[in-house]
Amino acid sequence: MPQKKNKKLQPIQKQLLPADISEETLHTFYREMLLIRRFEEKAGQLYGMGKIGGFCHLYIGQEAVITGVQSSLSDGDSVITGYRCHGHMLSAGASPKEVMAELTGKVAGVSQGKGGSMHMFVRGKFYGGHGIVGAQVPLGTGLAFANKYNGNDRVTVTFFGDGAANQGQVFEAFNMAALWKLPVIYVIENNQYAMGTALSRSTAIEELYRRGAAFGIDGQRVDGMDVLEVKRVTEAAVSKCRLGEGPILLELMTYRYRGHSMSDPAKYRSKEEVHKVRDERDPIENLKKLIVDSGYKTEEDLKKEDKSIRSMISEAAEFAQMSPEPDPSALTTDIYMDDRWVDRKNV
Amino acid sequence: MSEISVREALRDAMAEEMRLDKNVFLMGEEVAQYQGAYKVSQGLLEEFGERRVVDTPITESGFTGIGVGASMGGLKPIVEFMTFNFAMQAIDHIINSAAKTLYMSGGLIPIPIVFRGPNGPASRVGAQHSQCFASWYAHVPGLKVVSPWSAQDAKGLLKASIRDPNPVVFLENELLYGEVFEIPETEEDIIPIGKGNIVRAGCDITVTAFSAMVPKAIQAADMVAHEGISVEIIDLRTIKPLDSDIILDSVKKTNRLLTLEEGWQSSGIGAEIAAIVVSSAFDYLDAPIERITGVDVPMPYAANLENIALPQVNTIAESICRLCHKRI
Repeated sequence: MPQKKNKKLQPIQKQLLPADISEETLHTFYREMLLIRRFEEKAGQLYGMGKIGGFCHLYIGQEAVITGVQSSLSDGDSVITGYRCHGHMLSAGASPKEVMAELTGKVAGVSQGKGGSMHMFVRGKFYGGHGIVGAQVPLGTGLAFANKYNGNDRVTVTFFGDGAANQGQVFEAFNMAALWKLPVIYVIENNQYAMGTALSRSTAIEELYRRGAAFGIDGQRVDGMDVLEVKRVTEAAVSKCRLGEGPILLELMTYRYRGHSMSDPAKYRSKEEVHKVRDERDPIENLKKLIVDSGYKTEEDLKKEDKSIRSMISEAAEFAQMSPEPDPSALTTDIYMDDRWVDRKNV
Repeated sequence: MSEISVREALRDAMAEEMRLDKNVFLMGEEVAQYQGAYKVSQGLLEEFGERRVVDTPITESGFTGIGVGASMGGLKPIVEFMTFNFAMQAIDHIINSAAKTLYMSGGLIPIPIVFRGPNGPASRVGAQHSQCFASWYAHVPGLKVVSPWSAQDAKGLLKASIRDPNPVVFLENELLYGEVFEIPETEEDIIPIGKGNIVRAGCDITVTAFSAMVPKAIQAADMVAHEGISVEIIDLRTIKPLDSDIILDSVKKTNRLLTLEEGWQSSGIGAEIAAIVVSSAFDYLDAPIERITGVDVPMPYAANLENIALPQVNTIAESICRLCHKRI
């Protein structure tokens, strides 16, 4: 496997666009990433107001990862991740209204208010939304198993964090994926911190892209703050996977600006560290610069667009607050496919 | 009528369902080339090939998660555990990934899957290989839990479990695999999940049992028949959802109840049945409810200790007589 050196991460350079990237694609990425960011900012506000309960893990800073990966997938391909899943939902095409309504625990939520922030799904496309760290890795491998079983050329992208990378079942899944040549791409979203534990304090070898080496799984480290780079690398990985050359491991270097969850003040790192990443590597700001420099849109155009996204998100927040709570009868539905099985005696 | 062992009945159930539904496949340790650690999957590799009969590495957590993921992806996996003791490595996926996903997704993502393998004490295999998990899984909303005794029930209930659109935990018993039963040759041999079976009708006392406790109940009933006690034996067959109607109807007739299980007594199946009967048929009871269970100890290896750790026919017969005010 390639022993690539830790590539020094640089902001997207003012440079000519790659031949296969149109200005329109840039613009789409910009809108998609901004939608996630504005959504998460609003979710953070609603959490602060007590409108969202429990755990709420924001994706701010990591937007380029799912945006770049999703753009490389086709109909029929599937995605699965852990509990930091709002961005993945939006990227899979779920409506901001329904995702926000899930966060507020309302009946109009994508899981009818029964899943919450960590448990959301888009059938046939996004398979959650899983709260047990690392459990999604065998699950995603199983989705790939089903595709191989059915003899189609669909690909599954299984996301997990640098924290989950230390769970034993990740390696169990790697082994079987390699043994059976399953069409799965493992994407480690390395945001440097497993909750409050820095990578260097939890992980003997910090180059997580080498984690598949023992199983013969090729790995690559990628700048996860650069949506174009994410797209480029993922597209190549998807093509290989479709040809039966999976599994593949990608380590996407990224950063979350907020705490692990809303209840985490993030005292394990300095404000300067966060500011430095924001100032130098922010995926949205850097892309914005590129779009403006290319002359495709002016700063004013993009501001207008930001405004319209903000208003869409405000509407979603309004909807999520106004929507009714689930009917009490929903308590005992969806436990079994046939609800005759449900024992209501103790309800 | 034809004669068939429980082992063959389970194999036939899988083979017949695999012929009917191309999405059904079997995965687990030693299920393919080795033909199953207990030879339950004998002949399946030959008929269905390695695509549908999949040998896994020794990696319970991993392959159970892959099974659940494959189910999300539209397949209907049968995941075999060499024993349910090893499923402890995978219980997170059985509960958190399989049992809860339909609910968490608001009904969007069903998980049709069967987890099957031998459960309960075997013989002289020590503490880590001798445990009944019925009450563990029966505690979990979203799971169905089945534990048959006879070959006919094993076949009919496994077929029903494979067709069921929910996750089913199917608890077999190693010591029953070789038991041979007469099985009627009928066209429709599905046995519905959730229905108990009156193995023997009687009027003096109700005895509930499942899996390997059913033959012990029958032997005890034979013993006390000489004392003029008529025992009604209910084979629960399904632990969740429990067929409370069949138990309550029986207790209303016999006015006495003894529950049997090999699992530990604390928070066991007997406790659940006792609570159901006390709350719904209290006025019908003429004697306290008794529970005969495995003793609350890790299973010892020594033959004499293992013997007294498990319910024995004599103890069952004594308990029946005591409840019916007869001396044996």
